[in-house]
Amino acid sequence: MEKFDKLTGIAAPLDIINVDTDMIIPKQFLKTIQRSGLGKNLFDEMRYTPDGEEIADFVLNQAAYREAQILVAGDNFGCGSSREHAPWALLDFGIRCIIAPSFADIFYNNCFKNGILPIVLPQAEVDKLMDDAKRGANATISVDLENQTINGPDGGTISFEVDGFRKQCLMEGLDDIGLTLQKAQAINAYEETLDAQPWR
Amino acid sequence: MSGTTLYDKIWDAHMVEADSDGNSLLYIDRHLVHEVTSPQAFEGLRMAGRSPRAPHKTLAVADHNIPTTNRAGGLDAIDDPESKLQIETLEKNCAEFGIDYLPMDDIRQGIVHVAGPEQGFTLPGLTIVCGDSHTSTHGAFGALAHGIGTSEVEHVLATQTLIQSKAKNFRINVVGQAPAHVTAKDIALAIIGEIGTAGGTGYVLEYAGEAIEALSMEGRMTLCNMSIEAGARAGLVAPDEKTFAFLKDRPRAPKGADWDKAVAYWQTLTSDDDAVFDKEITIDAAALPPLVTWGTSPQDVISIDGHVPDPAAIDDEARRKATERALDYMGLQAGTPMQEVTIDRVFIGSCTNSRIEDLRAAAAIAQTGKVAASVNAMVVPGSGLVKQQAEAEGLDKIFIEAGFDWREPGCSMCLAMNADKLAPGERCASTSNRNFEGRQGRGGRTHLVSPEMAAAAALAGHFVDIRDFKAEA
Repeated sequence: MEKFDKLTGIAAPLDIINVDTDMIIPKQFLKTIQRSGLGKNLFDEMRYTPDGEEIADFVLNQAAYREAQILVAGDNFGCGSSREHAPWALLDFGIRCIIAPSFADIFYNNCFKNGILPIVLPQAEVDKLMDDAKRGANATISVDLENQTINGPDGGTISFEVDGFRKQCLMEGLDDIGLTLQKAQAINAYEETLDAQPWR
Repeated sequence: MSGTTLYDKIWDAHMVEADSDGNSLLYIDRHLVHEVTSPQAFEGLRMAGRSPRAPHKTLAVADHNIPTTNRAGGLDAIDDPESKLQIETLEKNCAEFGIDYLPMDDIRQGIVHVAGPEQGFTLPGLTIVCGDSHTSTHGAFGALAHGIGTSEVEHVLATQTLIQSKAKNFRINVVGQAPAHVTAKDIALAIIGEIGTAGGTGYVLEYAGEAIEALSMEGRMTLCNMSIEAGARAGLVAPDEKTFAFLKDRPRAPKGADWDKAVAYWQTLTSDDDAVFDKEITIDAAALPPLVTWGTSPQDVISIDGHVPDPAAIDDEARRKATERALDYMGLQAGTPMQEVTIDRVFIGSCTNSRIEDLRAAAAIAQTGKVAASVNAMVVPGSGLVKQQAEAEGLDKIFIEAGFDWREPGCSMCLAMNADKLAPGERCASTSNRNFEGRQGRGGRTHLVSPEMAAAAALAGHFVDIRDFKAEA
């Protein structure tokens, strides 16, 4: 997993609530047996006509946002299916950070497994960043994970919260399976207690 | 000190280790695997040279991609090469890593959340995960069950644990007796309509009250299935005699003295009387009508005798914009009576509503008439065993006689990964769980309803109030 420490990039505004994972990556692209290559189909049905032509007014098709690395979005981002194809598609497109008033649990969790930082901020702060993002390519946002701060284009600083363990994994690019395997003794000890419940 | 909730009890019983940050290593008893969210996890194991820690605690079945017609030809008869490759890959991975697999020609094959309980793989008090958000279904048995991403599928395969932070407790009391034709699906939609699709985010829901106790196991599965549509990863119903009766003698349920011991333990799995919930609401089942969704979020629910809402009447800007977008997508005009909305397709199936009780309810309506000439309707049983039972009861003949398509088991048009999908602009009465844009096919318009409401809509060609539904002369 690629490390995440500091990111300065273009923020794209996606001013929609309840962006679901079917929107992020429609099911016809879930037939892959790989993780890579999904970026071209990110937001496919909002981004392209049925004939595959780009829909000009969709935010990621606009010249200012084609290189966006940050997404600013509405409430309950990532609701619906557990498909990890959603963060894979975002990452493959180049998105490393999503800022929203709230996220669906499974999607939020999936982001951290893929080097993407989801940031929860109060609605008023998101509204401000959304306005900044709407200003286009001049509106770059800087995210500093270590210090848990966001700097908007006008120089203001916003602080955000993040779970300590997840922060460490992101900053060091840690594989949490490897970390858990180091706890094999504790797992072995737990499994020995299962004899009392043979149906488990 | 106050008592503990059912969720607290299951959580505590599965704690391997807690760290100072509030994260815990939780033991996972059961892992369900399907073809769409597992290939990258198995590949990850292979690349890291890891093997599954407890392969017998995992059960795999192909359901998402599998065709619902022409199954006699097996894998070779699957037209879509990508779907075929995904199912082949699952078979190969299960063989390589020693995981039990229900093959596509096995009578036990079905939607993972139908097949698991049927096999007694699902039991009370267990932790159950699957790379599928509707894993919440298994909470109907008093198991802590939730969806996970593919990285976590790999984590569970390798370690039989998950790193979790504890959710909060949210009890939903559904009091009173649900009127005739108000089903578990309507109760689920009513709850989502009330608390919203993010209302349960960060919580585990516990469903309690007279109306929940009155539900069959099938009904409880329907209800818990849609917990994720309220934002909650998991929903729970405390196990009771109905739970034990459903599970007794299932292939993977404990037998003999182990069964008695298990039941004695399962009977302790209730929230204490003095347990404190972080959030609690009460819904009166007696006051509920049959419901239908009008928009593109499962919270967009309205009574079947209601009208399409008017965005102009919504003060909140984000909600108003979302409603305008939804009505535009759905091709609906504000103020239209829902019963005047005509439909093109009917889908009876999915992990929400494809069990035998659902098919019986739909067949009871189907036998009163014929599918309207303007409607294409299909019934997709949840598993081979459901299909077999339905055929033993003659339900297949009722559906076919009425003009429904009778299909092979799978997820089918719930998510439209296989050939079963809506054409752009087609409107569908669906017993599934999500009415998102494009969910059942690009440009498709989904209205979520109960099985009997879907069957009645198929016959009438438009939504009808099942309470007033009269058989054709």
